[in-house]
Amino acid sequence: MSGAPKGAAHQAVAHESAEKHVSGRADYTDDLVTPVGCLHAYLGGADVTHGLIMGMDLSAVEAAPGVLGVLTAVDIPGKNQISAVHAGDEPLFPEEMVEYHGQPLFAVVAETRDQARRAAALAEIEISPLPHVLSVGEAMESRLPHVTAPLKLQRGDARKALDAAPRRLAGRMEVGGQEHFYLEGQIALAIPGEDDEMVIHCSTQHPSEAQAIVADVLGVPANAVVVNVRRMGGGFGGKESQMNLFAAVAAMAARRFGRAVKLRPDRDQDMAITGKRHDFLGSYDVGFDDAGRIVGVEAELAARCGFSADLSGPVTDRACFHFDNAYYLPEVTITSRPMKTNTVSNTAFRGFGGPQGMLVGERVIEEIAYALGRDPLEIRRANFYREGADETPYHQKVEDNIIARVVDELEESADYQARRAAVLEHNAKGGIIRKGIALTPVKFGISFTATWYNQAGALIHIYKDGSVHLNHGGTEMGQGLNTKVAQVVSEALGVDLDRIKVTKTTTEKVPNTSATAASSGADLNGMAALDACETLKARLAGFLRESRGVEEVEFLPGRVRAGAEEIDWTALISEAYMARVQLSATGFYKTPKIHWDRDKGQGRPFFYFAYGAACSEVSVDTLTGEYMVERVDILHDVGRSLNPAVDLGQVEGAFAQGMGWLTTEELWWDEDGRLRTHAPSTYKIPLASDMPRDFRVKLAEWSENPERTIKRSKAVGEPPFMLAMCVLEALSMAVASVCDYAECPRLDAPATPERVLIAVERLRR
Amino acid sequence: METRNEIRFILNGQEVRRKGVRAAETLLDFLRLEQRMTGTKEGCAEGDCGACTVLVGRLSEGALVYEPVNACIRFLATVDGCHVVTVEHLRGADGSLHPVQRAMVEHHGSQCGFCTPGIVMALYALWMRVPEPSVTQIETALQGNLCRCTGYAPIIRAAQAVGAVGDPLEAERAAVKTRLEQLKDGARVAIEDGFLPGDLDDFAAVYADFPEATIVAGATDVGLWVTKFLRDIGPAIFIGHLDELRRIGKGAAGLLIGAGVSYEEALEEVSGAYPHLGPYLSRIAGWQVRGMGTIGGNIANGSPIGDMPPALIALGAQLVLRRGKTRREMPLEDYFIEYGEQDRHEGEFVEAVMLPVRAGEWIDAAYKVSKRRDEDISAVACGISIRLEGEVIAEARIAFGGMAGTPKRAEAAEAALVGEAFGEEAFDAAVEALALDFSPLTDWRASAEYRMTVARNLLRRFWAEEGAGEVAQLVREGQL
Repeated sequence: MSGAPKGAAHQAVAHESAEKHVSGRADYTDDLVTPVGCLHAYLGGADVTHGLIMGMDLSAVEAAPGVLGVLTAVDIPGKNQISAVHAGDEPLFPEEMVEYHGQPLFAVVAETRDQARRAAALAEIEISPLPHVLSVGEAMESRLPHVTAPLKLQRGDARKALDAAPRRLAGRMEVGGQEHFYLEGQIALAIPGEDDEMVIHCSTQHPSEAQAIVADVLGVPANAVVVNVRRMGGGFGGKESQMNLFAAVAAMAARRFGRAVKLRPDRDQDMAITGKRHDFLGSYDVGFDDAGRIVGVEAELAARCGFSADLSGPVTDRACFHFDNAYYLPEVTITSRPMKTNTVSNTAFRGFGGPQGMLVGERVIEEIAYALGRDPLEIRRANFYREGADETPYHQKVEDNIIARVVDELEESADYQARRAAVLEHNAKGGIIRKGIALTPVKFGISFTATWYNQAGALIHIYKDGSVHLNHGGTEMGQGLNTKVAQVVSEALGVDLDRIKVTKTTTEKVPNTSATAASSGADLNGMAALDACETLKARLAGFLRESRGVEEVEFLPGRVRAGAEEIDWTALISEAYMARVQLSATGFYKTPKIHWDRDKGQGRPFFYFAYGAACSEVSVDTLTGEYMVERVDILHDVGRSLNPAVDLGQVEGAFAQGMGWLTTEELWWDEDGRLRTHAPSTYKIPLASDMPRDFRVKLAEWSENPERTIKRSKAVGEPPFMLAMCVLEALSMAVASVCDYAECPRLDAPATPERVLIAVERLRR
Repeated sequence: METRNEIRFILNGQEVRRKGVRAAETLLDFLRLEQRMTGTKEGCAEGDCGACTVLVGRLSEGALVYEPVNACIRFLATVDGCHVVTVEHLRGADGSLHPVQRAMVEHHGSQCGFCTPGIVMALYALWMRVPEPSVTQIETALQGNLCRCTGYAPIIRAAQAVGAVGDPLEAERAAVKTRLEQLKDGARVAIEDGFLPGDLDDFAAVYADFPEATIVAGATDVGLWVTKFLRDIGPAIFIGHLDELRRIGKGAAGLLIGAGVSYEEALEEVSGAYPHLGPYLSRIAGWQVRGMGTIGGNIANGSPIGDMPPALIALGAQLVLRRGKTRREMPLEDYFIEYGEQDRHEGEFVEAVMLPVRAGEWIDAAYKVSKRRDEDISAVACGISIRLEGEVIAEARIAFGGMAGTPKRAEAAEAALVGEAFGEEAFDAAVEALALDFSPLTDWRASAEYRMTVARNLLRRFWAEEGAGEVAQLVREGQL
């Protein structure tokens, strides 16, 4: 080996924007220099949760200082429809019915944002209220419809297995939703061009969808609309479909007034009118033997979807796909219930339903452990997928199973057994402060279950000076995608990373892209970029073979060897240009092997699985329910890491976000259907001081993806989110200690101090 | 008194003079919209996320002190006479990163990067004070900064790694200080719709003339009236700069805390005199808000929760109100009449809080219970002080926040304790009696049931810790 270029794949280089981040020079959409005369739009919404729109008097809005005009449904040039899945159930501005509190009904456009914001509050909207349904439970009782077709996964005869099982238990679990709380809120800047052209800068994970929606709303073909995004200040799924509204309104306003228009809601409106992680009501009936081995299970996963389908279909599907987590379920039926409610339409969020399904599945394991008086880890081991017991409820075989090794190694490195004994001993002494410890595994399927989404494109230019310009269809939201893809290109072309520039994602360069979601960004776009590199290398090699009359050409760091001659990269490019070699190439990739028949509930929806395990130890104050996460150990599998620093950051960050979901992040609607936790003052994501003081995170360095993924790496965005499940179970153990573990506390999520205390009080009685 | 019609301050390396400032103009909008300095971000516009953190340097008792500040709720007028430092100022003219920035890059402390400028500024403020901070100090400094990507681990590693190296910005300090001294003219500043009085007496006089004015000290509450509720706060009288209100007097009678003393400024003196308030104060809001928010403002606005009043009431605090040249005093608990109503006459303002020296042997505790440990508004806040005569409880002062429309004493619980032996039985009786004192409400912070259970259990905690000597609360290692 003659080494690798500086910054090539597998090196722990810094995020491509790190220096800009720390010095305030990284531009987000709100930081862009706006064209002269840029206007500002603001959305006005309903003060009712569900009702018929009887009339809207916007005269005071129009008369307010600085206002140029208002836009309602009648002003939409094209379709009044922004459904991400073309369900036809999500109007840009509803004309007849309000379906959730705060739903936007109009936009006002003014010279300044402050003027638009003040004016929006002046609307007089008459709504005749209708009864509303807020929770999943109420929705099922009221027999509200599904927003999209449920999924049933079935293998064998679960009912029969349950009836014949030596032991059996049933239960329910509430799993709370979650606000994305991306630090940068939703925003769109629309700039009208000539003819019917429109350029949009917005904070989106899915530029091609924003482009399609804007085109539909404006009634123009897609080729008239350009969507650009350099970077997002966080996405987490909250900008996969949720930016459509903002992009469409900004575009509509820009068309109407012939001036650039920016739309940025304040944090409170952002939280009120954008979808969140679905909360679930999971129920299960499980049969098992005295060894804790599951013989059959029936589960129903009902979700609060909100007023429309949005992405609830694939989200609730993924919940079903991950109920099994790492466990073989011999006879099984899992069904989803995507329930309609009068709340904002819930959407994608890191894990995409997987965490909720998996958490309910882990509750089943925990229940069995308490019923048998055993360490839940023993029950886990007894049920792991293994040789001969490797078929999932969706009939895909688990071929790359490493869960036992991951768990064994973590058990050892975290000193789980000794620490568990110490925890039990501490609790046995009684006292106010109790402790808990838990070790939970994660197995997460990688690929969009919408098979056609598993494609990507890239565009690479090599300029005459040898510098490289890289574009791909993915978007940068902090996850380091641009860095990783550039590292792939660096290695492939033998060019140092600092000669490669990744520019903004734009629908002008790579068309028909998929959302940067499902952890797929590097897998798909890295491969597409590699494909483009291979094309360029083939052309350069061909040129060398022809011009030098040699057969053997090898790309080395910063140079290329042709026979005995070594040519510097820059010189080669210059020479190739003079010889009229095409120095620009597109690349394309589609994931092989996958297929999925949803009606049958069978197929191979996932290309491969990512694995991990985590162990948490907590302390709980049984007088107040307050707790502290004292120590966390993680071993996570990212295959052969494209960038260990970036991957470690993803694992640590995902764990924190998962911990927030299961502990302090509580969404609270009042009886009238208003979300009352709509800003960081009321919605509490983890702080630095919530993190475990002892936080030991390791990547499974021995792991390599057996599938031919980009450089044998594995996706990392979502899987580690679910590592946080052990925090909930550790809290549960501390709670259970007050009744000597006689009962599973059935702690719902999020386990706020309130929920913990109420569980303690219940078990004490 | 001389009146000046413009505000004057230094923004990074440049002096700014501006006429016609409106009271409701925020520092953040000034930076982003007017100066187009977009490094400072808006994340929440309510002082909770820290993305807008900048440093404000001011002369305090002759020294130049830099504090991290939420630019989103800091009113522009209040940086008169100050040095505002934004993230753009940290990077050298040659493009070299500041040591704090460099550490953040080297330790992969940014992912999406949106919170990063604010984190860099908070860490810089910490590093100026403590170049080699402990984990506790880092966590405390970051209580007001949210990051949604990293899980904070790399940020903490970065903060530990900067080390005691030179600060490139040190070179400008002397000149900045000299210039700020020159700018400090003691004049009254008249803005478009308000004033910055020249001194305390001037404030009393102006307020007597404009009794309808909004008094703004730290703006951590009033700031939200503007950014969240779009309220007009004019005419406004800004008092945060008045040195006389920012002093703590220590005398034979006790501690006299000026109404403009921030939580941060109070920390040392107050926790010195009342050690149990140290950890309690460090759990109120985040660092930025503690540096801006004042104890007087927290009382004056009459929040039903108000973290400080329960603890202060338990200590027997007296409130000093002033109108023009007239002062009156009252027990702090009497100030809170009911939700939204306080015993403050027209033209009267809170001048100080007095913590009197108490005779006898007292046991004090203050507890805060919230959904998230730090930077969260309490579900229940509680102050308990009891005086023992031998084995008998001679006096009990117990106050709660979050349990009623105002901070309120638990009179029935107090009565159950007084005259009883200091023992579990007495506290069991107080726990029972609490039902007579409170019937709390349910909201997004906590249910009525939880609030009541916690309030009772805090009395049990007091006995467990102070009487039975048990470990009865979670303490983070290294905590104050």
